[in-house]
Amino acid sequence: MSLILLAEQTLNGLQFGVMLFLMAAGLTLIFGVMGLINLAHGSLYMIGAFAAAATAAATGSFVLALGASLGAAAIAGVLIEVTIIRRLYDRDHLDQVLATFALILIFSEGTRWVFGSFPLFLDTPDYLSGTTSLPFGVQYSLYRLTLIFIGLLVAAGLFWMIAKTRIGIRIRAGENDREMIGALGVDISRLYTLVFALGAALAGLAGALIGAIQSVQVGMGEPVLILAFVVIVIGGIGSIKGALVGAILVGLTDTLGGFLLPRLFALFLDPSQATSVGSSLASMAIYILMAGVLLFRPKGLFGDA
Amino acid sequence: MKMKKLILAACTAMLATGAQAEGLKVGMITTLSGGGAGLGIDVRDGFMLAVEQSGRDDIDVVIEDDQRKPDVAVQLADKLIQSEKVDVMTGIIWSNLAMAVVPGAVAQGKFYLSPNAGPSALAGKGCDPLYFNVAWQNDNLHEAAGAYANSVGYGNAFILAPNYPAGQDALTGFKRFYKGAVAGEIYTKLGQTDYASEIAEIRASGADSVYFFLPGGMGISFLKQYANSGVDLPVVGPAFSFDQGILQAVGEAALGVRNTSQWSKDLDNAANVAFVESFQAKYGRLPSLYASQGFDTALLLISAMEVADVEDQDAFRTALKAANFASTRGDFAFGPNNHPIQDIYVREVVKEGDVYTNRIVGVALEDRGDAYAAECKM
Repeated sequence: MSLILLAEQTLNGLQFGVMLFLMAAGLTLIFGVMGLINLAHGSLYMIGAFAAAATAAATGSFVLALGASLGAAAIAGVLIEVTIIRRLYDRDHLDQVLATFALILIFSEGTRWVFGSFPLFLDTPDYLSGTTSLPFGVQYSLYRLTLIFIGLLVAAGLFWMIAKTRIGIRIRAGENDREMIGALGVDISRLYTLVFALGAALAGLAGALIGAIQSVQVGMGEPVLILAFVVIVIGGIGSIKGALVGAILVGLTDTLGGFLLPRLFALFLDPSQATSVGSSLASMAIYILMAGVLLFRPKGLFGDA
Repeated sequence: MKMKKLILAACTAMLATGAQAEGLKVGMITTLSGGGAGLGIDVRDGFMLAVEQSGRDDIDVVIEDDQRKPDVAVQLADKLIQSEKVDVMTGIIWSNLAMAVVPGAVAQGKFYLSPNAGPSALAGKGCDPLYFNVAWQNDNLHEAAGAYANSVGYGNAFILAPNYPAGQDALTGFKRFYKGAVAGEIYTKLGQTDYASEIAEIRASGADSVYFFLPGGMGISFLKQYANSGVDLPVVGPAFSFDQGILQAVGEAALGVRNTSQWSKDLDNAANVAFVESFQAKYGRLPSLYASQGFDTALLLISAMEVADVEDQDAFRTALKAANFASTRGDFAFGPNNHPIQDIYVREVVKEGDVYTNRIVGVALEDRGDAYAAECKM
């Protein structure tokens, strides 16, 4: 019984991790290639979720809704890159933080104008609802299993793109030496827009996928954004591989910490104390993990020296 | 300290009489942006509807947005009291904000009418003659849920709430009346959106029912994930996770869930029927319990204005305490600590046409006051 519960919680941690990866991948690419700290990444996540909810309400199709989330977030990404973000690449990080924080406020209030203050409805499609039986008697939500699958698929696609395609080569080159690839004739500003749109689309996709099991409301992106920053700091800023490993580590630590720590304390404390100490410690667990990683590898697990 | 309070009160009273004697100025601090804005908007709309219907033009309402931030709320309260010179304050939704604002406001001689938050600290030792709660004491709806769980024979409930004061109050309130065993008790993170881990524990716990207090977006996430998890234990909750604003976002997952509330749109009394109809006509949506609380708060204020002048603090307080107004929830009276004594109902989530809403299926607690009244000395 307990092993089944442990297996289920591990799957939950994995699912949480791969969704974090979708957020963190864009964030780390944008930082790695353009050197930009984008606080408004959470707003793109929110835009994806709202676009999906609106499309699902209008058409009833979940696949179309996912398409809309990718499209809407990418378009929003291109728009802000061309109008605002582009002016920030040469600026100080503090200016970037200030400007992208302003973008959060603008997007949040803008979304409220359009959609109102009440949460929107977005549900999982019928063919993905309910549970499925896995080996060893584990019952697991079909939708969450699909999320794990989609997340891993996107990760594989990104690795392939970075390693094998021309775009990927340019992105890697851009990370190493921006001026040089510009001098070699690559249209650097188009590359930047493309990377930004890609990161935005991934965030939008995450928003739509998660929105279907959580609530689609203004401000939904910011808590995820904080975790995504933790992920890229642990993984090493700029590294997609780091983002994947970091995201899964954070997902597993958070879920399994919340599950195991109260049980661990129950061995030598009375139950109510164990619950409160355990859950307080569990909510700190990922930050302790981050501090631990930074202590031994100040650049993160896969950060270059 | 007491002397200082007296002098302060005397000064503000003199200032107020010097300024103007006619009409009444209300300062409303509520949440109109950010997470939870839906609640503040409903309270405001309900309040303004009652003011409008009264036809009085001597009520001046200054509305401010606290963004759900205690520091902002405190600044706004200072501004309303010192530069706007309001007579009565109201509007705060969240208990932590109420704790930051209310004690200071009543110490400066302002009436405070709470349309929502009812922290235990302000119902017990921290009660004040100038503080009136028109909604409920925080524990009330949870106590009712505990009583309801007994009445339908649940004997092994799994309970969860966020780890913050109102969450702890909630589980304490539930256990105050609930007589069965507790299969598991979890405090989740405040603002948590993924409940896969908790649902897995519920599945493994062997409970026969689930009680949860997860206000706002947290409740939406929980219910959607719960409905999808294959766990089919009956769920009970307070009205906060099942109010009109949230239900449309939860959808089918909420159908049939029993929840406890002091108000419901189908309560059959003349005041409520008129309220629901006029609210819908004016704003084009169904009222929530928050809207009913805002509406009742304004009715209470107007009822006191009919018989007393706000400058005469004692008379105005007596007039408020009489609660001589037709509440949308039917019978309504104030207990010794200025908190409501009222019936708390059990509602069921149903679908009417395309709209998810609630209907009353029974009474959980009759004429319920609160557990802290005895600690209140005033």
